[in-house]
Amino acid sequence: MILSLLPQAATRIGEPNRVAMGFFFLFIATTLGITWWAARRTRTTEHFYAAGRTISPGQNGIALAGDYMSAASFLGIAGLVSTTGFDGLIYSTGWLVGWPVVLFLIAEPLRNLGRYTFADVVAVRLSQTPVRIASAIGTLATVSFYLIAQMVGAGGLIRLMFGIPYETAIVIVGVAMIAYVLFGGMLATTWVQIVKAVLLLSGAAVLALLVLARFHWSPAALFAAAADKYGAGVLAPGRLVSRPLDAVSLGLALMFGTAGLPHILMRFYTVPDARAARKSVFYATGLIGAFYLMTFILGFGAMVLVGPDAIKSVEPGGNMAAPLLAEFLGGTPFLGFIAAVAFATILAVVAGLTLSGAAALSHDLWVSVVRKERADAVEQLKVARIATVGLGILGVLLGITFKGQNVAFMVGLAFAIAASANFPALVLSIFWRRYTTAGAVTSMLLGTASTLILIYLSPTLQVDVLKHPSAWFPLRNPALVTMPLSFLSGIVVSLLTSNRREAEGFDGVARRMHLGPTA
Amino acid sequence: MADTRLADLAAARWKVQVALTAAMVALYFGFILLIAYDKPFMARLVAPGLSLGILLGALVILLSWLLTWVYVRWANTHYDAALDRLRE
Repeated sequence: MILSLLPQAATRIGEPNRVAMGFFFLFIATTLGITWWAARRTRTTEHFYAAGRTISPGQNGIALAGDYMSAASFLGIAGLVSTTGFDGLIYSTGWLVGWPVVLFLIAEPLRNLGRYTFADVVAVRLSQTPVRIASAIGTLATVSFYLIAQMVGAGGLIRLMFGIPYETAIVIVGVAMIAYVLFGGMLATTWVQIVKAVLLLSGAAVLALLVLARFHWSPAALFAAAADKYGAGVLAPGRLVSRPLDAVSLGLALMFGTAGLPHILMRFYTVPDARAARKSVFYATGLIGAFYLMTFILGFGAMVLVGPDAIKSVEPGGNMAAPLLAEFLGGTPFLGFIAAVAFATILAVVAGLTLSGAAALSHDLWVSVVRKERADAVEQLKVARIATVGLGILGVLLGITFKGQNVAFMVGLAFAIAASANFPALVLSIFWRRYTTAGAVTSMLLGTASTLILIYLSPTLQVDVLKHPSAWFPLRNPALVTMPLSFLSGIVVSLLTSNRREAEGFDGVARRMHLGPTA
Repeated sequence: MADTRLADLAAARWKVQVALTAAMVALYFGFILLIAYDKPFMARLVAPGLSLGILLGALVILLSWLLTWVYVRWANTHYDAALDRLRE
C-alpha cells in the first residue's frame, strides 16, 4: 500500500541535487584541507608510503574498513538484496570472511618483515630482481582491474545521481585522487579513508535505523513484511548458488584474495608495530561486519518500502536501491547526503589503489630493480610522485576506454589474481623454509597468467560480455583452479631448485617475523 | 637457548593460526555448502520472518568477528608475553 503512494517517476535521482552538490563540495574541501595539512608532513618515502608509521590501531582499523567498503558493496549488495532477497545476503557474508584470514596469517609477519609493499616480504631472503618484477606484475594486475571497475562504476554512478556527464565525472575523480596521493601521500590517503568510512557507516546506520523504526525495531518484522509482499522465497536461497563449485570458487577468491590485495596489505605498514597491526584488523573486522549486517536491513528495507520494480526501473542492476530508500525515508536532502557519501566512497578507494600501484612501480621496480637500491631519498620520492601521476592518468584513460562496458566481473578478477598470485607467494615465503626464488616467480606468474586466461575462457566473459552461447571453462571465477595451481607450482619448483643459501636465510626471517626488525 | 624458545613459540603460534584459519574455512564453506545442497533447510523459519538462512548468515559474520577476538586475546596475553620474555 505504501508502494502505490509512490509513483515511479517521483524520484529525483539524476536531477542536479543541491544538497548532494553541497555535501560533495564539503567533502572535497575537507579532504583537500587534510591533504594540505598532510603535505607539510610528507617529506620522505617513509611518510609517502607509510604515513611515517604513526597511525594508531583504531585509526588504521577505520581506514582499512574505508579501503575495503567500496561503493560496489554499499550500492551493489543493497541492490542485490532488494531485488533477490536472501541471495544477495550471500555476498554480504562473503565479503567479510577474508578478514580473519588476514589477521591469522598475514598482518603481523607482513609488518615485521616488510617496509612498503608485500614484495618486500617475498623478496626478503630471495633474489631481489626476479621476485620484485613478478610481484609488481601481480600487484599491478590486481590494482588495474580493481581500478577499472571502480572508475567505470564511478562514472556511471555520478552521471546517474548528479546528472554530470560520464567523462567529466571520471576526470573529477581522477584529479581528486591524484591530488590526495601526490601531495599528501599515505597520511592524506589514510585520513580520506577515515572520513569516508565514518560518513559511510553513519549514513548506513541512520538509514537502517529509519527503516527499523517503521517495523517496531525488529529486523524479523521487516523480513516478515518482505515475505508477505513478495513470497517466502525472498527469505530462502534461490538460484544464485545453483552450482556449488561456482560458489566455492568465488568463496575462495573472496576469502583468500582479501589477504592479497596490495592496497589493504600496504595499510599494515602505517602503524608503529605488529601489535598495532593486529589490533587494527580486529577493529576493521568489527566495523566491516557491522556494515554488512546493516546491508541486510537496507536491502530488505528497500525491497519492502521502495519495491524491486521501482528500483529496477531507475537502474536495471538495482544499484540505486540505497539512494532510493534514502529518498523515500528522508526526502531529497537525505538522498543528496547518501549520493555524496557514495561519491566520497569511490574517491577514497581509488586513492588507496593508486598509492599501492605507485609503490609497486617506484619502490619495487624503479628503486630495487632498475637502480639496485642506489637511489637517494629525493629521487625515491620524486619517482613515487611521477608514478602516482602516471597511474592516475592511466586510471582516467581506462575509465573512459571502458565506458559502457560490463566491468562488474573485474572486481572478482582482481580478487582471483590476489588469491592466486599474491597470497600463495606471501604465505609460502613467510611459513616455508624451502621456498626458492624460482618457486616464488613461478607461482606468482603462473597464478596471474592462469587467472587471466581462465577468466577469458569463462562464462563471465564469453557469455556475459562477449555474448557467446557457451564457454570453454565452466567456472565463473577461476580461483578454485588457479589458487591450488599457484601453491602447487611454487612448491614443486622450489623442491626442484632447492637452494641452501635461501633456506638458511629463513632463520633470520623466522626471527624477524616474531620479534620485528629491531631484534 | 633463545632459538629453541623461539622455535617453540613459532610452533605454538602456527598451531593457533592453522586451527583458527581452519575454523574460518569450515564456518564459511559450511554455510555455502548448506545453501548449495539443502535449500529447504535454509528456508525453514525459526521465528516469523526469520529464516534459518538469514540467521546463519548473520551468525557467520558474528562468529568471524568472534574468531578474530579469540586470536587477539591469545596474542595479547600469551604470544606477547612470550615475545617479551624472548627479548629480555
